[in-house]
Amino acid sequence: MIEPHVPLATLAADVLDLGGLLLTIPLMLPVVGLLLGLILGGRVLGRFVLALMLVGLAAALAIAAAVLTDGVPLHYDLGAWAPPLGVTLKADGLSAVMLLTSAVVLLGVGVYAQRGFAVPRGAPETRTSLAFWLLLMGVWAGLNAAFLGQDLFTLFVALELLTFSAVPLVSLDGRPETIAAALRYLLFALLGSVLYLLGAVLFYGTYGTLDIALLAAWIAGAEAVPTPVLAAAVLMTVGLLAKTALFPLHLWLPPAHSGAPPAASAILSALVVKASFFLILRIWLDLMPGLLSLPGVQVLGIMGAGAILFGNLVALRQARLKLLIAYSTVAQIGYLFLMFPLAADPATGALTGGMVQVVAHACAKASMFMGAGLIAYALGHDRIRDLAGIGRALPITVLAFALAGWSLFGLQPSGGYLVKTLLGSAAEATGQWWWGLVMDAGGLLTAAYLVWVLAHSLAGPSRPLALRERPGLAQELVVLGLALCALLLGTLPPAAFGLIEIGHPGGGTAVAAALADPWAWNKLWAGIGPVLAVAALVLGLRAWGQREAAATTQSWPTGLARGLGRALDRSDGVLRQWPVAGLSLLMLILLLAGTLRVWV
Amino acid sequence: MSGATLFGLCGAALVGLGLYGLICQPGALRKILAFNLIGSGVFLLFGAIARRGGGILSVTQAGAGTGIDGDPVPQALVITGLVVAFAATAIAVALVVRLAETSGRSTLDAEAPSPPASPGERAP
Repeated sequence: MIEPHVPLATLAADVLDLGGLLLTIPLMLPVVGLLLGLILGGRVLGRFVLALMLVGLAAALAIAAAVLTDGVPLHYDLGAWAPPLGVTLKADGLSAVMLLTSAVVLLGVGVYAQRGFAVPRGAPETRTSLAFWLLLMGVWAGLNAAFLGQDLFTLFVALELLTFSAVPLVSLDGRPETIAAALRYLLFALLGSVLYLLGAVLFYGTYGTLDIALLAAWIAGAEAVPTPVLAAAVLMTVGLLAKTALFPLHLWLPPAHSGAPPAASAILSALVVKASFFLILRIWLDLMPGLLSLPGVQVLGIMGAGAILFGNLVALRQARLKLLIAYSTVAQIGYLFLMFPLAADPATGALTGGMVQVVAHACAKASMFMGAGLIAYALGHDRIRDLAGIGRALPITVLAFALAGWSLFGLQPSGGYLVKTLLGSAAEATGQWWWGLVMDAGGLLTAAYLVWVLAHSLAGPSRPLALRERPGLAQELVVLGLALCALLLGTLPPAAFGLIEIGHPGGGTAVAAALADPWAWNKLWAGIGPVLAVAALVLGLRAWGQREAAATTQSWPTGLARGLGRALDRSDGVLRQWPVAGLSLLMLILLLAGTLRVWV
Repeated sequence: MSGATLFGLCGAALVGLGLYGLICQPGALRKILAFNLIGSGVFLLFGAIARRGGGILSVTQAGAGTGIDGDPVPQALVITGLVVAFAATAIAVALVVRLAETSGRSTLDAEAPSPPASPGERAP
């Protein structure tokens, strides 16, 4: 008689023994699903995709386990051809983390979308439903290829697959404004990808290969960075920045992310922008690590700081919940770029901070967008001012919003707390205190708009709230589950964060120091004190604003506040005009090239 | 001036023209054409690199087709790139057509600015 757990254990061991071959599973699953999906049709596709995603999650877990137990990255040469002729797949700790995050978020979105994109029994099949599930698998394939690819051209194809699947997701409902948003997104992303391709061409022209490891060895061996290689790195970085929508190149993000169906918004905000960020990370960390110690890297940090301050301020001005969340994404992307000026010395742990931010933001933002979708679905609108009573009608969703916000602001024990602590200590250790200041200011603004939304949703309604339709319990639980993922990220054992360092070692002590004793009184107070102050301020201003609105004459503080707000709206409008954004992109290329060139 | 230099300069000119069009032309269709111009410029540059042989700095062992005149690798990559650019153009044109059908406009910058918030509505 064989114990039931023995075959299971041997099966798990066999899967881990697959080694590099494991890496082909995340690539094949979505592509096979895409092809089969066309045969299966929209009626059963939703459940089929869900099953595939479960397998995908298992594969991601297996890869993470294999990387963690071996302590070295997994490699797989396609067709047993080694570079430079062949193409290599590699999963280091960063890839494993990204694969795992995207598998979890996709699974959540898959469950959530079962209801919205189901074909009712007896009803004719809709094109929207089929398109959504096929595009979702396209996004999945693009993401996994971007996380595993080790060849600049493979990565280009992955990015394009991702963009071409993500853009139609924006315009699924076919309204003119979402089609315009999709077109804007596509054209700006294409500008980014053609710059990326130009960079790849320059790399090939200089070194005759596109494999990241080979190129890195050549560049590290060169006495000085050759001009074409520097130009290539700058062009690729800026092209990818356009796809990541880092301020001031964020013109396409708010309309696209707020106009898409909620399930699609969650994917776009949580994962799609992270893929292009991940490639920037590959370029600066793996391909040309020497660039990180140049003062030119401050340009990336400054743009990140601009994104945090500007994005949060404009988020505060939004009247619609989905737009507010979209601008919050603009701001949160900024945190990702704060790690670049801090990551020159791996001992600072800034890389771990940045990666935790990717994971925490992915979970929190997916939860927020899907929660906002449920609220809009129940009320028929998402105007923040008219949310009163929703806290009583959809308590789970509003609780999830609060918990996700908890992580965005960075209170214990959330992922956001870890990000703030790690990046803050890295800024202190490298003597760049100004980044810590930016993060504090950004945190206060984040708290302000979160309190603003929560104050409205928890207020009592003036008349009984009539819900159009109740969202499904499964949907509410998924929203809550993802928020809890973000919230409990900081409680993971330190060994789990060791996964990030496989392939990029050195941050262990800084991470251990950041993880130590998060519940100490002074740390707790440092987090909660500002939140309470901001909450009191926002609530006071709200009461004051209501009184002012009732008054006939306008006092000077109101006038000043209005004027500032309008100036902010106008500057965002100007920055988001196409020619201005295009010129900012060109200026950015020149600035980055100039600052890097001077010190090379 | 060698042929490769000439082709390289032509590629650079195409990229420049395309960038100008993509940034300054308001019409979406013109932007799509401009994107294709940039793409052509990049492919031309890649073709010139193929003719010269990729990897001028790695004369010993690194490159796939190092030292070969008429390096085949860039040609394979250009074909893939063409397919990608074609797909991008198809999606973009489909979106423009749909936009023109549903709203009658085919430019991007007609988007109305978000309405100014009414006073007292939010924390300043």
